Amino acid sequence: MNDTAQIPEDRSVRDGDGAATVVPSRGRAGAEPTRSRPRSQQWAAWGFLTPVVIYLGVFYAYPLYRNIDLSLRNYTVRSFVDGNATFTGPANYRAVLDDPTFMPALTHTVVFTAASLLLQYGIGLALAVFFTQHFRLAATLRALFLVPWLLPLIVSASTWSWMLNSDSGVVNAVLRAVGIGPVNWLTSPSWSLASVVIANIWIGIPFNLVVLYSGLQSIPASLYEAAALDGANAWQRFRHVTFPLLRPVSAITLLLGLVYTLKVFDIIWIMTRGGPVNSSTTLATWSYRLGFGNALPAFGHGAAVGNLLVLIALVFGMVYIRVQRKQQAS
Amino acid sequence: MNRSTGWRLAAASLAAVVLASAGTACSSSTGTSAADGGSASAGGTYTVWDPYPQFDVGSAWAKLLDTCGSQAGVQIKRTAFDTSDLTTKALLAAQQGNSPDVLIVDNPVVSTLAEAGVLTSARESKVDTSAVSPNLLAAGQGGGETFGTPIGANTLALYYNKAVLNAAGVDVASIKDWASLTAALTKVKAAGKKGITFSGIGTEEGSFQFLPWFWGSGAQLTHLDSAQAASALSLWTDWVKQGLAPNSVINNTQTTSWQEFATGEFAFAENGTWQLANAKKAGFEYGVIPVPGMTGGTAPAPTGGEFVTVPVQKKTARYSVSDKLVSCLTSADNSYATDATLSYIAPTPTVQDKQAAADPDLKAWVDAVKAAKGRTSDDLGTKYPKISEQLWTSVQAALTGSKSPQAALSAAQSAAAH
Repeated sequence: MNDTAQIPEDRSVRDGDGAATVVPSRGRAGAEPTRSRPRSQQWAAWGFLTPVVIYLGVFYAYPLYRNIDLSLRNYTVRSFVDGNATFTGPANYRAVLDDPTFMPALTHTVVFTAASLLLQYGIGLALAVFFTQHFRLAATLRALFLVPWLLPLIVSASTWSWMLNSDSGVVNAVLRAVGIGPVNWLTSPSWSLASVVIANIWIGIPFNLVVLYSGLQSIPASLYEAAALDGANAWQRFRHVTFPLLRPVSAITLLLGLVYTLKVFDIIWIMTRGGPVNSSTTLATWSYRLGFGNALPAFGHGAAVGNLLVLIALVFGMVYIRVQRKQQAS
Repeated sequence: MNRSTGWRLAAASLAAVVLASAGTACSSSTGTSAADGGSASAGGTYTVWDPYPQFDVGSAWAKLLDTCGSQAGVQIKRTAFDTSDLTTKALLAAQQGNSPDVLIVDNPVVSTLAEAGVLTSARESKVDTSAVSPNLLAAGQGGGETFGTPIGANTLALYYNKAVLNAAGVDVASIKDWASLTAALTKVKAAGKKGITFSGIGTEEGSFQFLPWFWGSGAQLTHLDSAQAASALSLWTDWVKQGLAPNSVINNTQTTSWQEFATGEFAFAENGTWQLANAKKAGFEYGVIPVPGMTGGTAPAPTGGEFVTVPVQKKTARYSVSDKLVSCLTSADNSYATDATLSYIAPTPTVQDKQAAADPDLKAWVDAVKAAKGRTSDDLGTKYPKISEQLWTSVQAALTGSKSPQAALSAAQSAAAH
């Protein structure tokens, strides 16, 4: 915020909006020379800034603080109501890390996130490149690909669990028709994670498609013409023109996808409840189960798992910034 | 360029944190907004929270609340929540000091809320529970106190499809115990139909559905690893292994299990009183028998249904009106009408008999409710949620074949006792 306060006030307001919409996409020309301003205008600047600061404080900083506080205290239902939970420091974290569910949940989170990201990005990019060839009905088809994004998650997740039903699901019916025995998609511990990954990839493709497609639009056609004149074939044009120029867009797509995928909860919960026997439990569903899954909530443990998730997202955010800085420096 | 880039990167990383925390942090801190309209409101307005969002303003239930309010000389402000949200909402409201005056909540939650000090005991709120069947009231009792009174009860029994049983040559009267039930299922399978469907999902619903078999074997919730418990879990596991029950039971909720039964392919479905209305619409002849015990008799099924409770208020003077509201809602006449809308069995023997006399279909259910048992009864109280979580996990482990029934239950017992 300090940084924002120093720049001219007409800008600082727009910056405030930028903070709320997460990714400021408009390029900003070089900084104007800072002139000294009358005091009243400084106050006006702060006035414009206040709503944003209050908004961030109330809806982001305070919940985050409460979550950290929750994770450092021994909450029972009674102390939750009375508000006199004893401070236990890292005891909740230790309990969570020692829990036999922790390692499987972490592994599943990593597998779920990595597999989802890789395939969402790969398929999204392939489709984006495909749609840059302007053919008839391309726009209609592209709009159709957005459907998974527009459907409420509860609808798509329920539909997937219905399609993947062991006995009456359409997927097994098709497999049977081609002579493959039924797969217990949601009820076998060895398949349940794969099933939720498949559903999540399907849901994530539109986001990757849209962002990467708009990234492709900004690559000048002249570069492709030049490459074609130099005798580059389609693959070489993709490998040496498209992919490198798309790198910044790819990076932000993957980062947002990562954060989004880490915290995926609804799809898994609706399709498998994290089961059978934890076989599709991720940190997000585990956190929910600890906090709300049975009649006797363990808020402290749930909050601790939630904070570990936040920490993981933060680490990757840092990695992203590092990589960006390096790219800019070179 | 440099400065703006730095800012943008900072924003991106902030966004990352915020997005990731939104799922967890909010759930623990929002909800306070939903808790407004608490008891602090001025004058003669009393707040009632219920888990019946399916009933809108014009429904008989909402009208009953208003009638009870005007009889007590107060205005009623009603808020309906999804039943799974209500525990957290009630805890948060108590934390903020704005609990509703009357809270209608699922019976296994009562002991948790009582443990939290959210609910007044019947001694304090003067709610009269003398007419209620003891086996139903037990779910809301702990430490010698009673917290609230049941508004109605439901439980589980076996629905059967008459046509499927006839085609397989099974006489439903022959089903007296587990062996005869399994024999009937085998006949049905041989006749090309499907045996039985139930819900073995990894949530409270899974435990709820397993309990009639668990208790029917003579097992106790305090000893999950007993030989009786293992025989109950083996029964389910063998059914799935032999194809007498579909593999989908592992992921079935009670609703999806019902949908399977409604296809008309299944001979039996374990389901609740609340499906009666749907059963009449199913388009085939059905019947209901209680869940049999291992060696005969009726197995105790767990009770479902809500308790009407009076949460703790700073102004204790409010309890007298709250008590009037509770008495009105649970009075014989109103309970008869309400339980008809909810498709519940009444909590008092007198009204139960009236229900059975008016609708012979309800007879089997009244019997089942009379044999039923609260999950938090036997002074288990807040120990139940932990035991139940281990129980449904062991059911899932056995049904998927990842552990033998005995091994799964032994692991569950050591985790529950931990």
